[in-house]
Amino acid sequence: MNSSNGASAEKWNLRLYTAGQSPKSLAALANLKRVCDEHLAGRYSIEVVDLLKNPRLAKDDQIVAIPTLVRKLPEPLRRLVGDLSDTERTLVGLQLRPRT
Amino acid sequence: MNIERPARARALPKAPTGIDGLDEITDGGLPRGRPTLICGGPGCGKTLLATEFLVRGATQFGEAGVFISFEETGEELAQNVRSLGFDLDRLVEEKKLAIDYVRVERAEIDESGEYDLEGLFLRLGLAIDSVGAKRVVLDTIESLFGGFTNEALLRSELRRLFRYLKDQGVTAVITGERGERSFTRQGLEEYVSDCVILLDHRVNEQVSTRRLRIVKYRGTTHGTNEYPFLIDESGFSVLPLSGVQLDHAVSNERVSSGVPGLDEMLDGKGYYRGSSILVSGTAGTGKTSIAAHFAHESARRGERCLLLAFEESPQQLMRNMQSIGIDLEPFVRKGVLAIHASRPTLHGLEMHLMRIHKMVAQFDPAAIVIDPVSNFIDSSTALETQAMLLRLIDFLKTKQITALFTHLTSGDGALEGTDVGISSLIDTWLLVKTFETGDERSRGLYVLKSRGMPHSKQIREFLITSRGVQLETMKDRKK
Repeated sequence: MNSSNGASAEKWNLRLYTAGQSPKSLAALANLKRVCDEHLAGRYSIEVVDLLKNPRLAKDDQIVAIPTLVRKLPEPLRRLVGDLSDTERTLVGLQLRPRT
Repeated sequence: MNIERPARARALPKAPTGIDGLDEITDGGLPRGRPTLICGGPGCGKTLLATEFLVRGATQFGEAGVFISFEETGEELAQNVRSLGFDLDRLVEEKKLAIDYVRVERAEIDESGEYDLEGLFLRLGLAIDSVGAKRVVLDTIESLFGGFTNEALLRSELRRLFRYLKDQGVTAVITGERGERSFTRQGLEEYVSDCVILLDHRVNEQVSTRRLRIVKYRGTTHGTNEYPFLIDESGFSVLPLSGVQLDHAVSNERVSSGVPGLDEMLDGKGYYRGSSILVSGTAGTGKTSIAAHFAHESARRGERCLLLAFEESPQQLMRNMQSIGIDLEPFVRKGVLAIHASRPTLHGLEMHLMRIHKMVAQFDPAAIVIDPVSNFIDSSTALETQAMLLRLIDFLKTKQITALFTHLTSGDGALEGTDVGISSLIDTWLLVKTFETGDERSRGLYVLKSRGMPHSKQIREFLITSRGVQLETMKDRKK
């Protein structure tokens, strides 16, 4: 069963916090795109925030770990840290799959 | 013979904390440019100590600070210390302090794959740069272990963090919660190898005592005892017990006891300035009157006197003394005499002693009266408290403060036996006894000892009249 194929056509608004072009940051973005294309095709947007360029945002947005993915929409806000290499946990974290 | 001391230049540079006593027992402060771990159970004062380190750094030593708080928001922190007169908001405004509240909540965070704590590093770096910080507090970094699950990663990041702090050259204070088998739950002491300070909060017979111990301080001498500390309206203070030696200056000057008959018994001149005097006796023998005479006489000469009453309120004491012709009130109004009263049971005895230290430091008296000191001597925690009392007496001696203690003894028989611990430090020891002569009970005073003077061996009759204490020789009396 794939919950992303449900009736919801709501827009997904994702923000990925990175620190420069680190391998973990690059991996996170690639992994995120893959998951989104598969489950949220056509209804997602990813904003990448490079904290090296804008360190203030780390404080303002309470970022500790890098990379951090924040699901801004749909609500509620979710946070997911890591390079998103564990697809299963990424899906659970984004609530695209129920927690087992 | 001249023995050269090792070169001072090699000594570790220190960052003074500005906290009373702490800089003395650490021989100058915390290791500059290095992290110090402060650990202890909940409510032991870790956060306050860390905060005060920053506040004093910013206000007294011109070193700006960063407070990374994992537990409380900036607002909460500011509120906690406002009552101590620390205005964090203003320091932030003046760019002397940067506060960042780092929120880590496991319930809100999922993990997928590899990550690091670069976000925290960036925030720390930003905060340091924003004020040009020389001091950093992380309170308490262990919260990270509650927010993230990858322990191996956290540990390697912590190691990186401490290295980063050293590279930045900041003097850092890291707090940690006391663990069961280690100093901190997460074994932070493994990363901080320079200085570890342990705080403790014990409650003994419903009286709480706070203690501080320096567990380790690499490359420097430090006191190894447990030092009682106090948190009061002016912040943190530690009572240093060390450094008191028997080489204080000795005065040949004499000060009147305020009772002519008593001066007469003491070589006609009274007590030595800077000496300690003990007045022992059973209840109601007039010990307080002798003490009040001395306080009155000091104040009359214009010398500041601190009178600590542990049995009566200042008003009651003044009224009672007025009834026998000793008027203390004008001197209190003039500020030459300060009377402080408190119940001995209100605080731990150590707290009392610490308060006395502080009051002496603030009031700077030439004479002090403690009425009575018995509570300190006879307390159940006898040994340590006695040791502290002895240190207090030594402290007063080094300051050349004449100290008069009254001591309530339980029965005539035990009079001379009770004060073994204190007697060696007492220079002049007066005893008030009751005698039965024929069909009359009367009081008699004699000088048990008085160092450095030929004193009277007589027992004099001790009368309390409307004009104060009068001492008469027994012969006079029989006439």
